[in-house]
Amino acid sequence: MLTINNLHAEVDGKAILKGLNLEVQAGEVHAIMGPNGAGKSTLAHVLGGKPGYDVTAGSVTFRGAQLFDLDPHERAATGLFLGFQYPVEIPGVSNVQFLREALNAQRKYRGEEPLSGGEFLKLAKEKAGLLKMDMEMLKRQVNVGFSGGEKKRAEMVQMGILDPAFAVLDETDSGLDIDALRVVGEGINSIMRAPDKGVLLITHYQRLLDVVKPDRVSVLADGRIVETGGPELALRLESEGYDAIMAEMSA
Amino acid sequence: MSDTATLPTRRDEAWRYADADYLAKAKPEAINHWRTLEVPAGETRRECTVHGAGPQSPGMVDRLRVHVGRGGRFEAFKVITGGKYARVELDVTLEEGAHFEFGGVTIGGSDKVQEFVTLTRHDHPNATSNQTVRAVHWGQSTGSFLGEIKVARHAQKTDAAQDFKGLLLEAGASANAVPQLEIFADDVKCAHGATVGQLDEAARYYMAARGLSPDAAKRLLVQAFIGDAFVALEDEATRERMLEDALKALEEASL
Repeated sequence: MLTINNLHAEVDGKAILKGLNLEVQAGEVHAIMGPNGAGKSTLAHVLGGKPGYDVTAGSVTFRGAQLFDLDPHERAATGLFLGFQYPVEIPGVSNVQFLREALNAQRKYRGEEPLSGGEFLKLAKEKAGLLKMDMEMLKRQVNVGFSGGEKKRAEMVQMGILDPAFAVLDETDSGLDIDALRVVGEGINSIMRAPDKGVLLITHYQRLLDVVKPDRVSVLADGRIVETGGPELALRLESEGYDAIMAEMSA
Repeated sequence: MSDTATLPTRRDEAWRYADADYLAKAKPEAINHWRTLEVPAGETRRECTVHGAGPQSPGMVDRLRVHVGRGGRFEAFKVITGGKYARVELDVTLEEGAHFEFGGVTIGGSDKVQEFVTLTRHDHPNATSNQTVRAVHWGQSTGSFLGEIKVARHAQKTDAAQDFKGLLLEAGASANAVPQLEIFADDVKCAHGATVGQLDEAARYYMAARGLSPDAAKRLLVQAFIGDAFVALEDEATRERMLEDALKALEEASL
């Protein structure tokens, strides 16, 4: 469903991704792990189309389309959701207005009818409930005054409402306490675990993977995927560390 | 002395950002005319106006002198979207315990020159004033706010606030803020702030990642930005209408 082929990308003229290959099938949760500075967040932002992240070579095919032919908002409407490591605050705009406009913009792009105010609120209430988030929070300004954990939870409520085909989740577990981690993990399972959906889960820790069980695990180091395996690879990384595994590979 | 000698020029401090072409051609009676309003003690008067003259309009100057009686309240909410040159000027004198509330928005592109000029006279104790101006510009346009506050020697417990923010959608546009405080009393609060910035790139990317087109994201961000000027406007229908008129002007901006 997502195929990354020989992807090279740079930020401020500095090469970060150096020939990355990866394929995620429908129905699969694929975890990406790797040391700091390996290029994990860069990968997420290149897929999202963040300004300043320049693709210098390679291609990404997403649901049959060339991803880089699409503007960021078109990628979203095509079914790509990017969960931010640092969700952005938007003063003066309520979550409800933001998400309703975003959802209806996506629907319009896909040639679907917009949701009415009532239909949207019903949907928002259901998804907020799933993430154990108070509807009052959704009436507040986007991420303004939210704690780190609330922001991550709000990201997952957004994902539930937008119902994407594919989610790239960039360290969605950072800043979460143990209870919130379980709520968010279960949220990911219930929103994204489906035969026609896929997830690229970027994380540092095994903790989230205990809840969201990955089908595949890849190690990203120095801009490339250096190892791919099953869930046991994440467990080995957790117990032995990146250095040991990478030393073993280069040996 | 001829009439033209009484016309202001850009050498006058209060006219420094005015449109020179307009000043050169304007009729003195159009520029020198002041409307007046008397707000009786304890009562409230409100003026809500959208100045949206078309591109053919050579310009307009609207000057209003207001006297607010004891404990009275004057509220002005003004949006300037149109005209080559538009100037809204308010000269407000506050009696004891009176309040002046002002929310202003300039929004425009091409070579439009739009400005608010206020003179708030705290001549008596315990009066309050609050002014919020937002300027959104693109093209070669200019939005300005010249806000003068005078606090007389015996006008103790005056509480005056002035807040200006400019949002420039592209290089070439400009925003000017000229706060001018003249305070002779010693027990007063006078706050003023002015900032000029651009659209938040991080917010635009975040919105795009959720499916909003650049135009839709811009509209939402500008709506949030200018919304500050209408916070004190209690009449919701009027507030919505003014916001809508302002955002309509934004549609000309193809950025």
